[in-house]
Amino acid sequence: MSERTFRVWRGDKNGGQFVEYKIKTDPGMVVLDAIHRIQAEHATDMACRWNCKAGKCGSCSMEINGKPRLSCMTRLNTFEPGTTITVQPIKTFPVIKDLVTDVSWNYEQNKRIKPFTPKPRDADGNHRMMQEDVDRIQEFRKCIECFLCQDVCHVIRDHGRKDAFVGPRFMVRLASLEMHPLDTADRIPEIRKEFGSGWCNITRCCTEVCPEHIGITDNAIIPLKERVVDRYYDPIAWFLGKVMGKKA
Amino acid sequence: MSAPQLSEIQTFEHDVIVIGAGGAGLRAAIECSAQGVNTGLICKSLLGKAHTVMAEGGMAAAMGNVDARDNWKIHFRDTMRGGKFLNNWRMAELHAKEAPDRVRELEEWGAVFDRTKTGLISQRNFGGHRHPRLAHVGDRTGLELIRTLQDHGIHQGIKVHMECTILDLLKDGDRVCGALGYWRDTGRFVLFKAKAVVLATGGAGKAWRITSNSWEYTGDGLAMAYLSGAELLDLEFTQFHPTGMVWPPSVRGTLVTEGVRGDGGILKNSEGKRFMFNYISERFAPETADTEEEANRWLKGDKSARRPPELLTRDEVARAINAEVKAGRGSEHGGVYLDIASRLPAEQIRKKLPSMYHQFKELAEIDITQQPMEVGPTLHYCMGGIRVDAETQMTTVPGLFAAGECAAGLHGANRLGGNSLSDLLVFGRRAGLGACEFAKGTAEPKIDEAQVQASIKRATEPLNRESGTNPFVLQEQLQDMMSRNVGIIRTKAELEAALTDLEKLGEQASTVKAHATSQYNAGWNTALDLRNLLISSEAVSRAALMREESRGAHCRDDFPGERPEWLKYNIYVWRDGNGSMKVEKRERPEPPALLKEIANSKIEDLEAGKVAGDA
Repeated sequence: MSERTFRVWRGDKNGGQFVEYKIKTDPGMVVLDAIHRIQAEHATDMACRWNCKAGKCGSCSMEINGKPRLSCMTRLNTFEPGTTITVQPIKTFPVIKDLVTDVSWNYEQNKRIKPFTPKPRDADGNHRMMQEDVDRIQEFRKCIECFLCQDVCHVIRDHGRKDAFVGPRFMVRLASLEMHPLDTADRIPEIRKEFGSGWCNITRCCTEVCPEHIGITDNAIIPLKERVVDRYYDPIAWFLGKVMGKKA
Repeated sequence: MSAPQLSEIQTFEHDVIVIGAGGAGLRAAIECSAQGVNTGLICKSLLGKAHTVMAEGGMAAAMGNVDARDNWKIHFRDTMRGGKFLNNWRMAELHAKEAPDRVRELEEWGAVFDRTKTGLISQRNFGGHRHPRLAHVGDRTGLELIRTLQDHGIHQGIKVHMECTILDLLKDGDRVCGALGYWRDTGRFVLFKAKAVVLATGGAGKAWRITSNSWEYTGDGLAMAYLSGAELLDLEFTQFHPTGMVWPPSVRGTLVTEGVRGDGGILKNSEGKRFMFNYISERFAPETADTEEEANRWLKGDKSARRPPELLTRDEVARAINAEVKAGRGSEHGGVYLDIASRLPAEQIRKKLPSMYHQFKELAEIDITQQPMEVGPTLHYCMGGIRVDAETQMTTVPGLFAAGECAAGLHGANRLGGNSLSDLLVFGRRAGLGACEFAKGTAEPKIDEAQVQASIKRATEPLNRESGTNPFVLQEQLQDMMSRNVGIIRTKAELEAALTDLEKLGEQASTVKAHATSQYNAGWNTALDLRNLLISSEAVSRAALMREESRGAHCRDDFPGERPEWLKYNIYVWRDGNGSMKVEKRERPEPPALLKEIANSKIEDLEAGKVAGDA
């Protein structure tokens, strides 16, 4: 058993500061375990969100030594022994208290997206889709809504343009609908306008932080940008595609 | 913190409120909205984070997409046998019949299941299920279910109240009329007025030290229903999932999906021996392979071969692992080995079990395509819960409904893997319908200010005390005690010790102290959850003490084996007029003849359609 020092941001919307805590550590501990130990032994009122503790629910997003991470999947032995570990809330969303931020904006964005609109079922009551046709959207549906991609997106984080761009998470959601073999709705106009696909300048920061390793930029955002381009800047090809029955 | 007046408390009025937003709660809320009633959905966490996301293997439904011999009768029979015939017959019937439609409906709402070669929803093998029956998405089916319901639900006009914990149900005479809660972020109280209430709060797994459950599962629904006068049922049956992680300590208890065994994974002891062949009980012997050769043939799809013993029901596998460890044949850290590496090519393992691969790689630094996993039993699920009517899911309190893990009946003495996700959908929908019907036919209820003030007083006490016990320390003491005394193998002496300890812990809980303000305060939240954990723990202990036999997930060292006389009874728990906990065994009603016949039929006859008519 050894000891380690943590610098944890404590405060609320009116401001705050880093507070140092020294705790004993066990083999295999992750940052979330350390936060829990600090809560139990030093600061019972400390706020942090968590649920599954296995990287499946996306609740415990934090910035650890400056890097946006899931704290339940960040092992202490990935840091230099003896060094202090700094933990703070994700920066892009307003702080509620300590490590907890107000992520309700994300829930509002999801509501703006036109829901799944399936074509009719086959005569026997089933839908048929081939595995190879759903592989790519199954990748998108792995998203656990940790919002780390939203946290690092330059458009949202650095330029504060929540009004203009829906963010990587919801580009992934849009891609999962647009590429769904059964879906019949058209979301290309709003992807271009309301959801602001043009704002993404493909720095791939979102892809880098995704704990589910979703190819956010290459597999979701770029194909959506291409669909927008095809529609608005190559309307003849789009029209032919439409006539030939191919989904844009 | 001083108590606010009723008029100062933020109040929401709904026809129906649903407490809990996992699969059952979301499905109930969607049904209510579809019926045109004003619906509020209250979740302790953010929407989409409930423990349903941890369900990995799949959703059981006899669709027959992979093996056309499957049908509802076989699913029903499997469920009854898995539950050791203590299930509610009608619930098991409804579940088996309705599950396929609920799966198709989920697809209609956008779920993307893995496919068969002909493009249908694929189905996988699982413990206790005769045929490949679990609709799935790799090993993240629960996430697919909750996200689909969430993305569908947000367009149905449901008002979602996130990060709101309910403290108490409120009553108007005999009937329920709403609930009082608090917002996690501000700590302010909030009042919900409603004509009907659906509880979908999950189990009480957090009463044990080694558990797959998260902080939310503190038996809130069980305790609130109990305090409101509802009856609880079958509490002695707590499922220890055979395969939780055992190393490192910080992840002890985290779930390892049964899908690993469904896809061919085998269990070995420290001597490298595949030990499950030594633990095949009489009931399952005719349908279980007795050689490795036969088990392997089954896995390759030979329909004349019988199932490998690793796919016996969870109670049987968990006890076998427990026995191997006790006999000194355990793994380095006190579990056994689960080996998929020697059974499937690395690429297939990564494809079929991506989140297990990821979980072990990140948390245990184990590559499951190369090395075996160390696993052991972990408290996973409460079969028991609130007693409900099979058709409507109404409890014994008018206007109060329950669905999902917090309700009892479907699973009997042991739940089959995959029957939980289908349970959530089948009975979530039914609870929603039941609550709507009730709400439509009832007058506006009245809120009783005294009840509200009593609830606020209880909630503010831990903040107002000068000093007192640390709530986290008390919770850990409770968890250690329950793991020690009400574990996988039980005795009279241990269960009595549990009841004595619970009394002491209860006294301490009344002196618990929460520091600082009520704003997003983990200590305060934990302090308030203690009451529910204690009530749930007491109910489990009392029921376990009464049942003097071993059946399903309830195993008594001092009463080994199933006793035929106990098959006649379910155990009920309720609160009497003086506020003390009552426990009683009550005779089970005789099942309808057809269901009895199906449950006891030979599997070959059911597959050949020789058993009489669809009811």
